[in-house]
Amino acid sequence: MKFWGYRRAEGRAGIRNHVLILPSCVCGSESARIVASQVRGAVNIVFNTGCSDVQANTDMSQKVLTGFACNPNVYGVVIIGLGCETVGHRELREKIQKMTSKPVVSFGIQEEGGTLKTIEKAVRAAREMAAEAAMQPKELFDISNLLLGIECGGSDATSGLASNPAVGELSDLLVDMGASTMMSESIEWIGGEHVVAKRAATPEIHNQIIEVCRAYEEHLKAAGQDCRAGQPTPGNKKGGLSTLDEKSLGCIRKGGTRPIVEVLEQAQRPTKNGAMVMDTAGFDISSVTSMVAGGCNAIIFTTGRGTPTGNAIVPVLKVTANERTFKMMDDNMDVDLSPIIRGEKTFREMGKEMLKDIEDMCNGRMTKAETYGFSDIAVDHVCRFV
Amino acid sequence: MTINALLLDEKDNVVTCVKEVKAGEEVVYQAEAGIKTVTAMEDIPYCHKVALVDLCEGDKAIKYGEMIGQVSHAVAKGCWVNENNIFSVPRDYDSELV
Repeated sequence: MKFWGYRRAEGRAGIRNHVLILPSCVCGSESARIVASQVRGAVNIVFNTGCSDVQANTDMSQKVLTGFACNPNVYGVVIIGLGCETVGHRELREKIQKMTSKPVVSFGIQEEGGTLKTIEKAVRAAREMAAEAAMQPKELFDISNLLLGIECGGSDATSGLASNPAVGELSDLLVDMGASTMMSESIEWIGGEHVVAKRAATPEIHNQIIEVCRAYEEHLKAAGQDCRAGQPTPGNKKGGLSTLDEKSLGCIRKGGTRPIVEVLEQAQRPTKNGAMVMDTAGFDISSVTSMVAGGCNAIIFTTGRGTPTGNAIVPVLKVTANERTFKMMDDNMDVDLSPIIRGEKTFREMGKEMLKDIEDMCNGRMTKAETYGFSDIAVDHVCRFV
Repeated sequence: MTINALLLDEKDNVVTCVKEVKAGEEVVYQAEAGIKTVTAMEDIPYCHKVALVDLCEGDKAIKYGEMIGQVSHAVAKGCWVNENNIFSVPRDYDSELV
């Protein structure tokens, strides 16, 4: 399988060619939005932090900002900062420039003399970049260039029965073709972590997976919280999930069965090809944010109840096996997997069929969330604000 | 014959009904060897599990090819498997390290 994408000087090929308008802190977010709205080909993110934060959170924010800038779907970056944020626009730009040779420019609202002057300069810079980006020809790449993030959210009983196993099958087929996939949401491995660990390519990776779950439980315990309290929920039980193990086993099916070659921290860029896992929250928007910062080209997102979420940098392909959700939320759902629940097709058959959806998406077909220009983001807080 | 339950793995000893099944009705599912059936001994709600074999106390309930719980009260073939007859065995992370 091959796709038409954009060559990058470093790393994997892009499947989109966005100019990213990147605020270095919350105070640059509104200007970034206005700049992106003025330039076709530009996308922006809304960043809600970057100031008055503890070091651990600043480190996390920086990983997300630099990771977004380096994502292969990004052609070039226009940074908008304020001037007194924790990590200024210049410093952020220099960091990004050490990681990638793609075009990066930056402006500070205080030194430019206010919003309008900054926006004017940033629009001019973004316009030049977008014009250049539009000239870049697409090239034919092997599917091994693809890094697909796998996410679930708004789950129901059909998720573990049909859409997650089907996406797991898709993941196995892609990995067998040389592509890479990434499953995250480590808190949702708990109860099934021994099964995730069985997929480890080495004993070291096996132990890393177990330790990630132990550390997550201990982190919450230190804050007086118990992640097992009330799991499965009364609603889960009524819906047919009898134990935490059953719930987690349904969740982790979306990652497939191939050997796990790397365990990544949040927003960390992989060094290997194949099936990988990332230690993120179960909060879907935060998990997608971290996987995109880690370099995923696209996200496949299983849902039961339905969700509209989208990301500015990568397409998010929404799949559901709940027939009612697919019909009711036609505006948001991309792929109908309900034939599995009706017994008309197996999850393996539908996993294989989704290869075509992946190929089309890589070749430029927009997902529903992408056509709406959705740009959800949530940066995980390792510690409270100060 | 229309399927009304899903077998998630050939090793499983439960299937999940994707339609409500009444006592006495056939639970029909697709296995590698072809279509198989088991008679429901009690009402099975939508998305709930039915035992494919007699499960004794202490046995493992298997779904997705993995243990989803240990049997606390015996469940006869064709009966409803739920939180009242299986339970989660707490794991000890140290014992899971290799």
